[in-house]
Amino acid sequence: MNARLVPLALFVLICLSSERLGSAQEIAIQGDMVYPVSRPPIKKGVVLIRDGKIAAVGKADAIEIPQGTQVLRAPVVTPGLIDAHSVVGLTGILNQDEDQDQLDPTEPVQPQLRAVDAYNAKDPLVEWIRDFGVTTVHTGHAPGELVSGQTMIIKTTGETVDASTLNPFRAIAVTLTSQAQKSGKSSPGTRGKMLAVLRQNLLQAKEYLAKIKASQKEDAAPLARDLKLESFASVLEGDTTLLITADRSQDIASALRLAEEFGLKIWIDSGAEAYLLMDEIRDAGAAVIVHPSMARAVGDRENLSFETAAKLHEAGIPVAFQSGFEPYVPKTRVVLFEAALFSANGLGFEKTLQGLTLDAAKLLGIQNRVGSLDVGKDADLAMYDGDPFEYTSHCVGVIINGEIASQKVR
Amino acid sequence: MALFVCLVTTLSTNAAEPTKAFVGATLIPIEGKPISQGVLLVTGTKIQALGDRESVTIPTDAEIVDCTGKVIMPGLVCTHSHIGGVGAADGSGPIQPGVRVSDSINVRDSGFKRAVAGGLTTLNIMPGSGHLISGQTVYVKLRFSEDLPRTIDDIMIRDSEGTSLGGLKMANGTNPQGEPPFPGTRGRSAFLVREQYIKAREYHAQKIRAEEGGAEMPPVNLHFEALVEAMQGKRVVHHHTHRHDDIMTVIRLSREFGFSVVLHHVSEGWRVAEEIAAANVPCSVILVDSPGGKLEARYLQLDTPGILEKSGVKVAFHTDDYITDSRIFFRMAAMGVRAGMSREKALEGLTLAGAEMLGLEKRVGSLKAGKDADFILLDGDPLSVYTKVEETWVEGQRVFDRRNPSDRIYAVGGYGAGHDQKPYFCCYGRNQGAN
Repeated sequence: MNARLVPLALFVLICLSSERLGSAQEIAIQGDMVYPVSRPPIKKGVVLIRDGKIAAVGKADAIEIPQGTQVLRAPVVTPGLIDAHSVVGLTGILNQDEDQDQLDPTEPVQPQLRAVDAYNAKDPLVEWIRDFGVTTVHTGHAPGELVSGQTMIIKTTGETVDASTLNPFRAIAVTLTSQAQKSGKSSPGTRGKMLAVLRQNLLQAKEYLAKIKASQKEDAAPLARDLKLESFASVLEGDTTLLITADRSQDIASALRLAEEFGLKIWIDSGAEAYLLMDEIRDAGAAVIVHPSMARAVGDRENLSFETAAKLHEAGIPVAFQSGFEPYVPKTRVVLFEAALFSANGLGFEKTLQGLTLDAAKLLGIQNRVGSLDVGKDADLAMYDGDPFEYTSHCVGVIINGEIASQKVR
Repeated sequence: MALFVCLVTTLSTNAAEPTKAFVGATLIPIEGKPISQGVLLVTGTKIQALGDRESVTIPTDAEIVDCTGKVIMPGLVCTHSHIGGVGAADGSGPIQPGVRVSDSINVRDSGFKRAVAGGLTTLNIMPGSGHLISGQTVYVKLRFSEDLPRTIDDIMIRDSEGTSLGGLKMANGTNPQGEPPFPGTRGRSAFLVREQYIKAREYHAQKIRAEEGGAEMPPVNLHFEALVEAMQGKRVVHHHTHRHDDIMTVIRLSREFGFSVVLHHVSEGWRVAEEIAAANVPCSVILVDSPGGKLEARYLQLDTPGILEKSGVKVAFHTDDYITDSRIFFRMAAMGVRAGMSREKALEGLTLAGAEMLGLEKRVGSLKAGKDADFILLDGDPLSVYTKVEETWVEGQRVFDRRNPSDRIYAVGGYGAGHDQKPYFCCYGRNQGAN
C-alpha cells in the first residue's frame, strides 16, 4: 500500500468500526459454557462476531476482544436453534380464514404452491419462537392434503420473505395419514388411492422430464410449461426432497416403498410408529423429522412415544425436531420445548442439542451457513440462563446474522 | 348379605391393612415446609402421620418402604379434564344443565392410565365448552382395580350420604356461539343464561310454595334442579372464559345469581387481575406454548399465573386433557414459575388450590394426617424436565409403578399405548377444539 495512503486508510477503518458499533456489527458473546456443537463444549468461552459472521470461537483467555466491541454475557451459549418442520408464517396466530395459508383444500395434489408466496414474516408467532432461541425454520405448506405444496427455509428475522430466505424451495409436503383421506365420493378416500394418485403423478412427471429434455434439442418445438409437473420433476431429479408425513407403521412403509420405486429422496415427517420400522428406515437412508414430543397421542399418533428420538438415534437414523402443525392451540409449538422432553427421555443433552442445530442443518442442507459455532458461519446464536432444556430456564438473548434479534427474558 | 359385606370390610381395614412407613424421602406436604429425610405413615386409605424421623414413631409392625433420595408430594389435582371420551350436552341447544358427564365416560380409555402416570389422583371431568351450560361435571379419584378403573361409579367421589360430587360446566366467549338455537353474540349468550337462571329461581320458589301447600308442585325439571343446586352453593360453577370482558361477565352473573364460580383458562386474566382479586374468585389457569389459535387466546401470556398470584388471586392449573397431556401436568406449573410465579404457589396450584376449587380440601390436596393417602413418588425436583413420576398412590393403593412394563408404556408411550383414546371436540364441528 502506498505509504501516503496509510493514514487515510486507517481513518476510514476507524470510521467504519464506529459505524459498525452503532449498528451492532461487532459483538462478542461470553458464555460460562459455550456449545459450538461441532466441537466439545468450551468452559468460559467467547464467540466473536464480525459483519454478521462468526469471526472467532474459543476460550476466553485465547481470544482478544477488540476495544469498543459490544460484549454480551450469558451462562449458556448455543448455536441458534433450527426448527426442522414448522408452519409459522403460513398459519397465522389468529387462526381465522384470512391468516391461514398453510392448506388449500380445493385440490388434493398441488406441489406447485410456493411457500415464499404465502409466508408472512411479520406474523407474531415468528417472533414468538425466535425469542426462545429459534433462528432458522423449515416451514411451508402443512400436512392435511395428499400433496399440499412446497416448503422453504428461512431465518426468523427480516421484514420480508425475500430478506431472510435460505432456500425458497426445499421440499414438497406429502401427507400419508388419515388426515389426507377424503370422505364420501371425494378422492383420495383410501390409503390405496392415495398411493395410486401419487404414483400416477410421479409417472407423469417422468414423462414430462423426458419431454423437457427432448425440447432442449435444437429445432425442437417449445414445451408448454406445467408448474405441477415441474415441481414433481425436481423431486425426480433429486433437487428437492419429499417431506412425507406418516405416523402409522404401514404408512411409513408405503413412503419407503414409493421412494424406492422412483428413487426419491424422502424425509419421514412425524413418524409416531417409526420405532417399529427402524431397520427399514435406516436401510433406505431416510431421515426422520420426529413429531413434537408433546403432540397429542390421538388418531394416527395414538402410539407415539417420548422415547422415539432416542431409539432412532441409537439405530443410526438421522433425527431432527419439529414444532409441527397445530390446527388449534397452541398455534405453534416451540421446538426447544419439544426437543427438551426427548432429551429427558433417553436422548440426553448433547445429542438433543445436536439435533436442534448441526444435525438439522445437515439434514436440511444448510450446514455451510448455520448449525454450529464455527468461523465463517452465520452469526446465529441463542443465549440461556441455565440448561436450555429445563422448564424454568430462560432464553435471554438471540443473535441472527450478527445482529441482536432479542434480549427479552423468555 | 349386606351385614356380611360390612363385617368383611371392617375386618379388612383393621387387621389386613397394616401401616406402611415411607422413609427417607423429602416430603413436600404443600401445607407446611418441605421435610428432608421424612417419614410418611399410611394406614389403610388414610395418612396417619408425617414428619422427620425424630418426630414420627414408626409402629413396630409397619412395613418399611425405603424412599431415600425420592420426593413425595400429594397426588395432583386436575380441576379440568376431558379424558374418557366425554360427551354430555348435544347439539340440540346451548343450555343443558340436566345432562351428566358421568353418564358418558369410558373408564377403560387409556387417558386414565396416562393420568396416573402423570401423578394425577383427583380429577374434575367436564363436558366441553361448546355450550353456555354443557352439563354436570364429575369429581373422581383414580381408584384402580386390577390396573384399571372398573366403572365410573367406582371412581366417583361421594359425600357422607353417598351422593356423587361434581360441578356445573359453563362457557362464554366464542366457543358456545353458533347457528340458532346457539347464541350469535356475547350479549345474547349472557341473556340466555340469565333467562334460565331466573326461570330456575321461579321453579324453586314454586316448589317451596307447593311444599307449604300454596301452589301446585311443578313437574320435576332436571335442568332447573341443577341450576338451583348451583344457586344454593351445592354445585360449583366451572366457567370456561378467556377474554377480559368475558371474565367480568362471569363475575357479574355469579353475583346476580349467587353461584360460586371458578374461572377456567383465563387467558386474559392478567388484564383484570385486580378485579378478579377484588371479587375473590379463584382461577384455574391453562398455559399453552404460544398465544393464538383463536381470537380470544390471542393475548394469552405465560406470566398470567404470576400476575394473578401477586394480585392475591388463588391459582390452580388444569390439563384440559386432551388439550395438554396429563403426563406433563408438572410442566405447566414449571412454566408458570419460568414466567414469574413463586415455586411454592405453583406446587400448590397443582394440588391444594385445585382441591379447594372442588371443595375437596378436607380430603385431598396436601400431605396431612387424616387426609386420603393420595401421594406420588418422584425421582427429583417436581419442576424439572428430567424428573419422573415413579409411583402414584390413591387411598393407600399403588395405581402406577413405572418399574412395571405394563404401566411404563402409558408413561412414555409406545405401540398399544393409545387404545380407545379419541380426540375430543368441544363444539360438534362448529369450532375446532375444547380449550
